[in-house]
Amino acid sequence: MHRIHFRSTMATGAAALLLLAARGAGAQAATKPATIDYVAKARADSARLPYTEADVYFMQGMISHHAQAIVMSRMAPTHGASPTILTLCGRIINAQTDEIKVMQTWLADRNQMVPEAKPAPMKMKMNGMVMDMMMPGMLTDAQMKSLDAARGLEFDRLFLTYMIQHHQGAVAMVKDLFATDGAGQDELMFKIASDANVDQTTEIARMQKMLTTIVLENRAP
Amino acid sequence: MAAAASHPLARPARARLAALALGIAAVAAPAGAQPNPDPRVGLKAGLMDAAEATWNMRVLSKTPPSAKFLGSTNSDMAFTGNYVIQGSYNGYQIWDITNPSQPSLKIANYCPASQSDVSVYKNLLFVSSEGTAGRIDCGAQGVKEAVSADRLRGVRIFDITDLANPKNVANVQSCRGSHTHTVLVDPKDKDNIYVYISGSAGVRPDAEMHGCVNASPDKDPNSALFRIEVIKVPLAHPEQAAIVSSPRIFNDLVQPATHGMAPDDKAELEAAKAKGAFTAVIFGNEMVVPARMTTAMLDSIVKARGGSGPHTAADSATLRTAMPGIIAKLTGEKPGDDHAGPKPGPTQCHDITVYPAIGYAGGACEGYGLLLDIKDPMHPVRIGAVADSNFSYWHSATFNNDGTKVLFSDEWGGGGAPKCRASDPKQWGADALFTIDKGVMKFQGYYKLPAPQTANENCVAHNGSLIPIPGRDVMVQAFYQGGITVFDWTDAAHAKEIAFFDRGPVDSTRMAMGGSWSVYWYNGVIVSSEIARGLDVLELQPSEFISRNEIDAAKSVKLDYLNAQGQPKFVWPATFSLPRAYLDQLERGKGQSADKIASARAGLDAAEKLSGSARAEALNKLATQLHTDARSATDAPKAHTLAFAVGDLAKATK
Repeated sequence: MHRIHFRSTMATGAAALLLLAARGAGAQAATKPATIDYVAKARADSARLPYTEADVYFMQGMISHHAQAIVMSRMAPTHGASPTILTLCGRIINAQTDEIKVMQTWLADRNQMVPEAKPAPMKMKMNGMVMDMMMPGMLTDAQMKSLDAARGLEFDRLFLTYMIQHHQGAVAMVKDLFATDGAGQDELMFKIASDANVDQTTEIARMQKMLTTIVLENRAP
Repeated sequence: MAAAASHPLARPARARLAALALGIAAVAAPAGAQPNPDPRVGLKAGLMDAAEATWNMRVLSKTPPSAKFLGSTNSDMAFTGNYVIQGSYNGYQIWDITNPSQPSLKIANYCPASQSDVSVYKNLLFVSSEGTAGRIDCGAQGVKEAVSADRLRGVRIFDITDLANPKNVANVQSCRGSHTHTVLVDPKDKDNIYVYISGSAGVRPDAEMHGCVNASPDKDPNSALFRIEVIKVPLAHPEQAAIVSSPRIFNDLVQPATHGMAPDDKAELEAAKAKGAFTAVIFGNEMVVPARMTTAMLDSIVKARGGSGPHTAADSATLRTAMPGIIAKLTGEKPGDDHAGPKPGPTQCHDITVYPAIGYAGGACEGYGLLLDIKDPMHPVRIGAVADSNFSYWHSATFNNDGTKVLFSDEWGGGGAPKCRASDPKQWGADALFTIDKGVMKFQGYYKLPAPQTANENCVAHNGSLIPIPGRDVMVQAFYQGGITVFDWTDAAHAKEIAFFDRGPVDSTRMAMGGSWSVYWYNGVIVSSEIARGLDVLELQPSEFISRNEIDAAKSVKLDYLNAQGQPKFVWPATFSLPRAYLDQLERGKGQSADKIASARAGLDAAEKLSGSARAEALNKLATQLHTDARSATDAPKAHTLAFAVGDLAKATK
C-alpha cells in the first residue's frame, strides 16, 4: 500500500488512508474506489457544524406541522375542490412528504428522537420552559372538523384561509429559529429552513390571490 | 475529396474505448432514435464508481475534488480563459482545462460559504455567501451568535490577477445575503461593472446590519423585501464596491391568471372609487367589492334596522365601516396581525439572467418569471411578468440567442429532493418555455428530463446554458442526479431531448446529495460541476439530431470568459462549418431539394480546395446561386441565411 499526497495538506484524523489522485480519464487508479467514498463521507461528517436544541425542536415540530398540511391537502379530492386547489394540494402533499423524510433523516443521523409523521403537539421552548405544544399556525380540532365538513367552493375558501394560517406559522417558526443563537448553522438545516420559508411564503402569496378571487368573484380560482 | 466531413459520422467505438479506460461499464446508447428502454433506468449506484449511460455525448474526463473539497458540495461555475472556477460550499477550486481530458488543479481556495456561486470579470472573481455560517475570515467554525460582526452574508470579491494567489479585496454585505448573483457589464460604462444580488434567505437583524428591515415596504419603505440589490464595482478600485441601489421590481405585481401578463388594476381602481364604489383592503391590496356583493350587504343592513326599500346614505356609511370586518371574516385575515405577512407577490428573485446585448434580463422570482429592461443597469425596470398554473417556483432564466424566447426553470424541492420519479408530474420541476414578442411573454410548453429517476436521487431542473448551434435553440441543462440533458427548443411548444449523460445514484440505500449542479457549454466542451463527484467534462457527438458540421460550427464560437447568468450573444465567425451546418439542417428539415443541397455541398468543397481571390470568387458565385435557390426553397429564410453565410465566408477570405 502506498500513500498519494495532494498538493495541499491533508486533514488528519483516521489511520492510513489511501486517496485517489485527482487525474482525468485514462489514469490508473492507485486505490480501490471504495476508499474515496470513505474519505468523502468522513470529511462530510466531520465538517458538519454543531447544531442546537433549537434546531432539533424545529425539525421535530416541522415534521408534525407538515403532517397536518398533508392531512388537510388529502381532503381535496373527496371534498369537491376546484382544479387549481387540487393542483396546489398535489404539490403540497408531494413536497412536504419528501421534506418530512429529509427531516427525519437529519434527526436520525444525529441520534435525535424521530417523530412519526403525525399532527401532534411537539416540544417547544417558550420563555425558557420546554412544553408540548401545537406548532404555530396549526389547526385546532374544531378547525379541522369544519374543513372536513365543507364541500365545493366553501371547501376551497376554508382550505385557503386555513392553509394560509398554517404556512404563516411555518414562516414564524423559521424566523424564530434564525433569531436563536447557534441555530441554523448546519448546512442542511439552513437549507431546509430557508427553502421551506421561500416555498411557503410564495405559496401564501398565491393562496391569498386565489382566496381573493373566491371572496370577491364567488367562483373557483 | 476534401478531408472536411460533410456528413454526420457516429462514433460509438470511441465512446466505448473511453469508458473502458475509466473502468466503468458505460452504456453508450446507439446514435439514432431516443433509446428505448432508456438506459438511465436501473443504473448501478456508487460515489465514484456508479454505472453511466450516455447518448450522443461522450465523457472526456471525470476529476474528483481536491482533498479539502472532498465531501463538500460542489456548486456553480464560471469560466475565464482556459480556466473553470468551480464553487463549493468549502470555497472554490480553479481548474485548468486546456486539455479537457486531463483537468489540472490551479488552486483550491478554502473559504467556506454557501452556496459560493461564482462569477468572473477580467481580474475580478465574485463569490456569493448566504448561509448564516459564512465568516469574513473564511473560518470553518461557523458563527454562533444570531448577531455577529464575524458574519459574511453577501458577495466576496477577489482579485485574481495572479490566479494562484487570489486576494480578497472586498466583501459587500447585504441584508439577505447572496444566494446567487449576476454580473452585468454596461457597454456605456467602461469604469464600472454591476452585480445584481439575489437573496432568498431571511433578513438580517438591524443590530447586525443597520438598515435591514423585515417589514412590508408599505409599512417601511426601507424594507429589504421586494427588492434586488445592485452593487457597483469600480474596476480600478474594487475595494470600493458598494450597494448603490435597490430597485423595487416587485411592486404592484398582481397574480396573472395563467401564463398571462400581469394586469394593471390601479387605474381601474381609482376610477371606480371616484364613482363611489366600495373597496376593501385584502391581503394588503385595495380592491373593489363588486356590486353583486355590496347590494346584498346593503340589503341586509336595511333589514337589520327593520327598514325596507332602497338603502340610504346612512346605510352606505354603515357598510363602509363594517366592510373590513365582513371581508376579514371571509378571508380569515386578522387585521394588524404581524403574521399577515408582506404584500402578495415575490419578495426576491432566486436568480436573474442578464442579456445585455438585447437589453433584457429574465428574473426567476419565486412564483413569477419577470422580464426586465436593463438599459439602465442601476435601475432595472419590470416590463412583463408571467406565472404558472402549475405553481412553479422559478429558479433561473435563459434566453435563446435571438432574444425571442425565454425559459424559466422550476427548481421544485430546492434541489435536494427527488422530483423525477415516475410518479412526479412532468409539468412540475420542469422548464417552462415562452416566446417573447414586443416585450410580451407567451407560454408555449414544458420540458423535463424524460427518464425516470429513483427516489434516492435528488432531481429537478437546474442550471444550464445554450449550445451555440447556429440556426437552432439548443440547451444543455443539469438535473442534479437526473444527470445532464441536451434538448432542442427551437419549437418551444415541442422541446425534444437529443443527448444525455447520467450516472446511477450516489447511494442506493438512501437519498444522498449528488448530481450535476450546473452544466455549461464553453469553447467546445461541456463542463459539469458534480456536487459529490467533482468536475466532469464531456463533448457532443454527431447524431441524426446534430451533425459534425453543426458541432464544428458551435465550436467555432470562442468566448474569453463566461458567466452563465450573464448571457453572451453568440456570433459565428465565418468558417466552412457554418454553411455546411445550415445545409445539414436544410436536409434534416427537408427545407431545400436534395439536388440543390448536393450541388451546394459540392460548390463548398470545390471552393475550399482553392485559396485567396480564387476562393473568394468561387464563394461569391456560390452565394449568388444560393440566394436564387433560396427563392424556391421550402425553408426560404434558412436557405437565405445559408447564402449570406457563404457570402460572409467570401468576404473573410484573404
